Amino acid sequence: MLINWYRFSSPVSFYPLAGTGAHVFGVLAALFAGAGLFVALYAAPTDATQGDAYRIIYLHVPAAWMAMFIYLVMAGWSAAALGFNARLSAMMAQALAPTGALMAALALWTGAFWGRPTWGTYWAWDARMTSTLILLFLYLGIIALRNAIEDPRRADRACALLALVGAVNVPIIYFSVRWWNTLHQGSSISLTVAPKMAMTMVTGILVMTAAAWCYTIAVTLMRVQAIIVERERGATWLDSLIDLRRRDGIGRSSA
Amino acid sequence: MNSTDTRDIDAQRAATSPADDAADDARASVLRAFGWSLARDLRIAMRSKAELGVQLLFYVIVVSLFPLSTSPSRDVLGMLGPGVLWTAALLASLLSLPRLFASDFTDGTLEQIALSPRPLPALVSGKIAAHWLTTGLPVAVMAPLLGAQYALDGEALSMLAIALLLGTPILSLLGAIGAALTLGARGGGGLLALLVLPLYAPVLIFGAGAVDAVRAGVSASAHLSLLGAGLIVAIIAVPFAAATAVRIALD
Repeated sequence: MLINWYRFSSPVSFYPLAGTGAHVFGVLAALFAGAGLFVALYAAPTDATQGDAYRIIYLHVPAAWMAMFIYLVMAGWSAAALGFNARLSAMMAQALAPTGALMAALALWTGAFWGRPTWGTYWAWDARMTSTLILLFLYLGIIALRNAIEDPRRADRACALLALVGAVNVPIIYFSVRWWNTLHQGSSISLTVAPKMAMTMVTGILVMTAAAWCYTIAVTLMRVQAIIVERERGATWLDSLIDLRRRDGIGRSSA
Repeated sequence: MNSTDTRDIDAQRAATSPADDAADDARASVLRAFGWSLARDLRIAMRSKAELGVQLLFYVIVVSLFPLSTSPSRDVLGMLGPGVLWTAALLASLLSLPRLFASDFTDGTLEQIALSPRPLPALVSGKIAAHWLTTGLPVAVMAPLLGAQYALDGEALSMLAIALLLGTPILSLLGAIGAALTLGARGGGGLLALLVLPLYAPVLIFGAGAVDAVRAGVSASAHLSLLGAGLIVAIIAVPFAAATAVRIALD
């Protein structure tokens, strides 16, 4: 069956799809998280050198991966928004930004809690930590710019441009920070701890990453729905949809 | 197209195709637009010399605060110097960014500039060049003087000036995008800082790194090459991004 994907570039037809998607991926996220946490907290063996403290890796690594990946996806939607002047693409980019910021913050937070028992410090100016911090600032900048511009369409395009400029800069920032780090920091703390991981540990990380991925999709789709409702309020299709819901609700409660 | 081509075209102007003519006109138009907006912004800047002086003083004062807050010992100052002089240069650039577009935006000039048939990226480049000549260049010239207060030796001081000469244009270029994006937005200076400072990070790393390398007795050519590469990429790409940002602001 051939599906006309362009149909879904309109908020009217995307709104119900987003609702379904949010439910499906929400359930998937819960399943993956359940399985992942079982592996992480029960099935996986205790690390020989780090003890049980290492188990935060199951949250830390997926969060760090998602923080970078979401920025990439957001830049992709931003490019589409700017190139095709597509409203829905901009809404997707807008919906992704808070989750990206959350993931970056989570990666830093869990990293600090992991670093305390293993390296003896909450924070080190490690290249990956520093670039994740800068990534968090980029996310916060995009969110702040969005909130600072009154007209949503102008905010769409301004944020899209900023996201693209940031996307060009992210690899530059990463490599500059890495190089700076090798210049400045002695080997007091070995951050290249990559002991051979047991297969269960790898599985746990991958399952938790799948959970984080599904969570991101579900939350983003929910947020897109909210953005559509906010922006399209007063549109007839939305009003009739809400009326329908309300009628259904009343019908159910009286039955 | 090189100069011989141009002369050939001049010689046989009657015989040239309209396409060649158009290309020639377009190039002249770009250069004239760049020159016009550069001259205009410089003239405006020269009419408010006090403002330029205040910005330079800001740089001097920020740099002078660090010894007060840390230590007057020469060892500590020598170690801090490159970073402090560079961070203060970032802040001075940030402080002067609103001047780039804000007043033209408020009085409607920017809209007229965008409406003109001249290419907007060229006009924006002229404004950015004027911004650098009035803010980045004075800072780069001033920095060795202040560096002497930080117990930096002659070699490190000249490297500081060279690195700032290469790096501050990148600051003006990247900052122009942020300045244009925040036109008419609420939040003002804080917002601009949040947008622009993370993008400045690589310039800071390589700029201060170049001076550090000289202090450590290593060649700084890698740092300078990277700064130069960044500058070239920024010169090519930023005018288009900044022009797009200006158009978005004028929507």
